Amino acid sequence: MKGFGRYVIFLGSLFVRRESFKTYYKLVLEECVQIGVNSAFLFMLVSTFIGAVTTVQTAFNMVNPLIPRFVISQVVREMTVLELAPTVMALIYAGKIGSSMAGGLGTMRITEQIDALEVMGINSSSYLVLPKIIASMLMYPMLVILSGVCSLVGGYIVGTFIHIVTPNEYVAGLRFAFNPTEISVALIKGIVFAFLIASISSFKGYFTKGGALEVGIATTEAVTTSVIAILLMDYFLVNILL
Amino acid sequence: MIKIKDISKTFGKKIVLQNINAEFEKGKTNLIIGASGTGKSVLLKCIVGLIKPDDGWVYYDLRNFTEADKETKSEIRREIGMLFQGGALFDSKNVEDNVMFPLDVLTKMSYDEKLDRANHCLKRVGLENVNKKYISEISGGMKKRVGIARAIVNNPNYLFCDEPNSGLDPQTSVLIDELISEITHELDITTIVVTHDMNSVMGIGEKIIFLYKGMKLWEGHHKDITHSNVPELDDFVFANKVMSKMRDGKV
Ligand SMILES: Nc1ncnc2c1ncn2[C@@H]1O[C@H](COP(=O)(O)OP(=O)(O)OP(=O)(O)O)[C@@H](O)[C@H]1O
Ligand SMILES: [Mg+2]
Repeated sequence: MKGFGRYVIFLGSLFVRRESFKTYYKLVLEECVQIGVNSAFLFMLVSTFIGAVTTVQTAFNMVNPLIPRFVISQVVREMTVLELAPTVMALIYAGKIGSSMAGGLGTMRITEQIDALEVMGINSSSYLVLPKIIASMLMYPMLVILSGVCSLVGGYIVGTFIHIVTPNEYVAGLRFAFNPTEISVALIKGIVFAFLIASISSFKGYFTKGGALEVGIATTEAVTTSVIAILLMDYFLVNILL
Repeated sequence: MIKIKDISKTFGKKIVLQNINAEFEKGKTNLIIGASGTGKSVLLKCIVGLIKPDDGWVYYDLRNFTEADKETKSEIRREIGMLFQGGALFDSKNVEDNVMFPLDVLTKMSYDEKLDRANHCLKRVGLENVNKKYISEISGGMKKRVGIARAIVNNPNYLFCDEPNSGLDPQTSVLIDELISEITHELDITTIVVTHDMNSVMGIGEKIIFLYKGMKLWEGHHKDITHSNVPELDDFVFANKVMSKMRDGKV
């Protein structure tokens, strides 16, 4: 609870004594590139495989010949767009981007780089953390879309390659009973998760005390806490949004 | 000139600084000396405002820094250059960008002007042709030089150095000491150097404050340091073999 209070105060401190808009613009852009470069490939890889595996397993479980084959891709769509793309990928994002944020800030803290910024009269938390949060909230939804597309493509490739489903059936299934709000829900989830991961990881890294060992601990804590926050928030959001 | 009045600081139950009063003079290299763990770094951080003292005031040329409003504080901070104990260079930036960084955030200079100024400072500290190197690619002594270049790039009125020659070989140490001393006289600024190196003390100490367990026990010029009649200071000064031989030779 005390930790939560400090987290809220920390979030408040991001908005006082800010630098010029131009400074942030540059920093956000740098962070966006960093996030994209760091995670795009992993996201594509993971989601393509999950899409493929989901397709094969759904087909394997559909023993009743009365169920039309296009249901396979419908199931894949439902799974990936709603849960896999925003939520499961958020766990990976926490492991990849969250840990690097916490590690980076923790190192800056113990090597006095944060003190150096403060001596120059810069609000270090706002200068370092705000761009990370904004960049995450911009980039993560795009990664969600990317991974949604990749998983559907992965399913298509494997499904048609091993003849579980014909291309026409697969596409028909994707279109069948499609509700576009699902995509909005996925994107809203994505934005919320991105905020949680970036802010929690930065918080843990920013307040590191001690040495290299503590940076390691802060990094682990950042990932653990982010994951718990994502799962709780997922449950909460599914309840209010669906 | 920097003046500190009645500075006290405790961490939990541990008393780190007790009622420190001192005046650091303009155009001189002022030293804060003392054994490891006596609170030198904490005192320096209190002076620059990274740590808030429990009690006491810091004055920058009669401007009360401790009770200043935000504008005055950031105005004073613009006049401060600091070299940290571990360098504190930004390892995500190369040498040139590190040195230019204070100009990026504190001034409205054009890119070319900033680059000129950065190159001038790098040259001043004896570093050339390393502009594009990253911090992990340069040696410890070079890091100190880059740190000094970054500290002086915005023409500070106040220069702070926390153990500028820790971890350097004796020769490089002397060079760095001399560099700091020269810059101080050249720019006529108030410099405070934290050190526990007797070579630096005898080499550049124009005004010395001796800390012992969080208290100031002595102050003066390095010429007087060998006959201070403060036993704790004698222990500190003559822990060095050369110094103790010098004393015994004299006696
Ligand atoms: N943030 C802090 N929290 C708690 N205790 C601290 C903190 N910073 C410093 N101390 C304590 O204050 C004392 C003085 O530390 P300081 O870093 O000023 O020593 P120093 O004189 O600079 O030593 P050295 O020459 O080794 O750098 C130490 O006992 C240290 O444990
Ligand atoms: Mg120290």
